[in-house]
Amino acid sequence: MISKGLRSFAVAAAWFAAAPALANQYNLQEPQSIIAREIYDLHTLIMWIIVGIFVVVFGAMTYAIVMHRKSAGHKAEQFHENTTVEIVWTIIPFFILIGMAWPATRTIISMKDTSGAEVTIKATGYQWKWGYDYLQEGISFYSNLSTPREQIEGKVPKGENYLIEVDNPVVVPAGKKVRIITTANDVIHSWWVPALGIKQDSIPGFVRDTWFKADKPGIYRGQCAELCGKDHGFMPIVVEVVTPERYASWVSEQKKKMAAAAPDSGEQWTLDELKARGEKIYAGNCVACHQPTGMGVPGAFPALSGSKIVTGPKDGQIKVVLNGVVKDGKPTAMVSFKHLSDVDIAAVITYTRNNWANKTGETVAPADVKAARK
Amino acid sequence: MEAAHAHNGHGHGAHGHHYSGLMRWITTTNHKDIGTLYLFFALTMFFVGGLLALMLRAELFEPGLQFWRPEFFNQLTTMHGLIMVFGAIMPAFVGFANWQVPMMIGAPDMAFARMNNWSFWLLPVGAILLVASFFVPGGATAAGWTIYAPLSTQMGPGMDLAIFALHIMGASSIMGSINIITTILNMRAPGMALMKMPLFVWTWLITAYLLIAVMPVLAGAVTMVLTDRHFGTNFFNAAGGGDPVLFQHVFWFFGHPEVYIMILPGFGIVSQIVPTFARKPLFGYSSMVYATASIAILSFIVWAHHMFTVGMPAVAQLFFMYATMLIAVPTGVKVFNWIATMWKGSLTFETPMLFACGFIFVFSMGGFTGLVLAITPVDIQLQDTYYVVAHFHYVLVAGSLFALFGGTYYWLPKWIGRMYDETLGKWHFWLSMIFFNITFFPMHFTGLAGLPRRVPDYNMQFADFNMISTIGAFGFGLAQLIFVYVLVKAIRGAGEKVSDKVWEGADGLEWTLPSPPPYHTFETPPLVK
Ligand code: HEC
Ligand SMILES: [Cu+2]
Repeated sequence: MISKGLRSFAVAAAWFAAAPALANQYNLQEPQSIIAREIYDLHTLIMWIIVGIFVVVFGAMTYAIVMHRKSAGHKAEQFHENTTVEIVWTIIPFFILIGMAWPATRTIISMKDTSGAEVTIKATGYQWKWGYDYLQEGISFYSNLSTPREQIEGKVPKGENYLIEVDNPVVVPAGKKVRIITTANDVIHSWWVPALGIKQDSIPGFVRDTWFKADKPGIYRGQCAELCGKDHGFMPIVVEVVTPERYASWVSEQKKKMAAAAPDSGEQWTLDELKARGEKIYAGNCVACHQPTGMGVPGAFPALSGSKIVTGPKDGQIKVVLNGVVKDGKPTAMVSFKHLSDVDIAAVITYTRNNWANKTGETVAPADVKAARK
Repeated sequence: MEAAHAHNGHGHGAHGHHYSGLMRWITTTNHKDIGTLYLFFALTMFFVGGLLALMLRAELFEPGLQFWRPEFFNQLTTMHGLIMVFGAIMPAFVGFANWQVPMMIGAPDMAFARMNNWSFWLLPVGAILLVASFFVPGGATAAGWTIYAPLSTQMGPGMDLAIFALHIMGASSIMGSINIITTILNMRAPGMALMKMPLFVWTWLITAYLLIAVMPVLAGAVTMVLTDRHFGTNFFNAAGGGDPVLFQHVFWFFGHPEVYIMILPGFGIVSQIVPTFARKPLFGYSSMVYATASIAILSFIVWAHHMFTVGMPAVAQLFFMYATMLIAVPTGVKVFNWIATMWKGSLTFETPMLFACGFIFVFSMGGFTGLVLAITPVDIQLQDTYYVVAHFHYVLVAGSLFALFGGTYYWLPKWIGRMYDETLGKWHFWLSMIFFNITFFPMHFTGLAGLPRRVPDYNMQFADFNMISTIGAFGFGLAQLIFVYVLVKAIRGAGEKVSDKVWEGADGLEWTLPSPPPYHTFETPPLVK
């Protein structure tokens, strides 16, 4: 621990030496959109004003501390007011403030102008992942943290993008105005990508919007910025900015994928196939609450291992997963998963019914789910 | 304890109290006893909240999850905040008000002596509820000290305990405030015009009005959460026609004045200390009073600057930005006045003065970052990041807490009649100052670079600064043990006896009393010229 401490001090010292190269370690991230750049410049401007005030005010204080001490033989004068001085130092700050407010006002007004967007994406906050819907293109997908648990638990070394990497990034074209509409499914989240200069709370039951226009292709990372429960720190946002051509091909690729994944309940699935698929769905949708062990979190999330609902008649669990659990007219943290396909729901239920202590040996077929939807 | 010495020494028992031992403290209606109780309570909660802070800093020492599950980590951040705000800082200032306000305005006691007892004894009840909430199923509330709905609607029974604790502590604050206002307005010694009151009294008068105005608002907000949780209302549930953002408006209508509640009495303490050690009257007394009042009034129209990212219309963002920036003007006036007070004085730097100067310095740093955060576009980038954590710890720890330490060293000799250990006091100051900055200064950087607050784990890019912060936090925590040692040593009578005036440059009614003051003081009001 001590050697680690020493190391970190050494590192800190090295930083100050290598200041310009590592500027992004202690300043805002390098801006990648007009708004981000305006914010960056505003911040720089204000910092310089502050440094100026700091030097004047604490210069005076330091002078007094050094020169007007009793031990230096200074005798106290007894003045205690001076109207002119007091008026002057009330008025001057006013003008400084106006100098700061002016550029800020301009930026606020342009931040708010979401008109004329070429791509509109709805970002929905879930506990604890993001869902994206490309409104014109009709593409929808979820975006989960892709950092393996072993890295978080320190069993394997951490990757470069530890905790700021996802399975499905948001893909957008460079140089085009992108409007992000935010909402949420459960509690308030906040969609934040520092390099693009946007942060917008996503509020259940309400929609808000914001926009960005990325200067150039690249991968920009952010995180949920509003405390949203236990895995708040584990629901990152990754925006992949690509050229408009690549964007167009990505869109058509996604559309094909969506068509292929459309519900297909006719097919027969074996128990093992469903279990294998279900394990993935579980890891992507359920594990945060019900835990990898299936034991849940006492007092908050029930165990599925040994649960009467999971091991009981199929319909019980299908209902829970499709509709969520509503208690006393209020939705609980167990929300509806009806946006998953029939196959996926069948798979995850089969998985829970045949894993941990649960050994029903039965499958739940996609057709069962389809039937329950009606 | 110190009052007990005083009492025995001066034989005033006859009209004081009839109990001894524990019952004396439970039944006391004496402002000095109650002030002592408040201060000991606050100190205890300061260590409880501090322990939680160290637990969460331990987790953040390096990337990865080492000690706590994320849900427990969130409980730690939440309870650290609630305990420090409602259990440590606020009661500590009320403790100072109890001891000092009557002695500074020449009153024999507080106006409502029995209510005073009751307002104190509610606090341990609230504190027990808060601490006990860790042990109920699901643990303490993990929704952040701001308990935003609908996250707080999801919490377990720990949330209900926290809500009741807030109700109780809020009631205590309201009673305390009524008492302070009544005392100040009705019980000043003849000749003590309002504009002659010491600045500490002025700041408390204004703070007490703020408390009366906003504590009921907080009570309303948490009650709505409670009924949403249990009684089928939908204030904050969008599915039932409610609005989650409403909670934030109500909360911050309380919350913003609350931050001034925690700093204005600190301004008052510093305004007493600086003239004493500059041996020169306070510069710009009346502008100090007006500045305090302006800050208090402005504090009611800036609340939504905590909510720039909820998506308000541009006009609302502009209004709240301009109003927030305006607060810089009276705050600046205060800092300029303190420095003008030091200017051409005859300065000495005993521990209280060190803390006062430290306060001016670090509080101003927090003020500067406050100005950065007032600028809406920049705030949108920095909201809910470590930059904000740095900002409010600069104003609250280095601000309020340093003022409280300064005030303790300043008045302790008066209260107990003996000097504290000056060398250790200076050590306490310097270690606190250095470790405070080691802890919180790097947070500006991590916040700017994009580290959200309230996360138990982070990318490696933030590892070094977090490690530095954790080392600083443990250093800061250990430095506070020196404070306890200094207090214990002084209270047990180790120091030299002090004169009535204690400090060469001291001025004010409390310094005309013996040190320690008798159990009952100013039974015949002094005449103020
Ligand atoms: C956000 C947290 C969360 C997620 C994610 C989640 N659940 Fe749940 N789940 C809960 C909670 C809370 C309950 C208990 C609801 C109640 O009865 O109050 C629950 C209950 C259940 C139950 C009933 C268990 C019983 O014995 O009562 C089943 C079955 C279930 N969940 C399955 C799933 C499946 C399958 C998934 C993934 C598709 C999932 N859950 C995802 C929180 C969650
Ligand atoms: Cu979130």
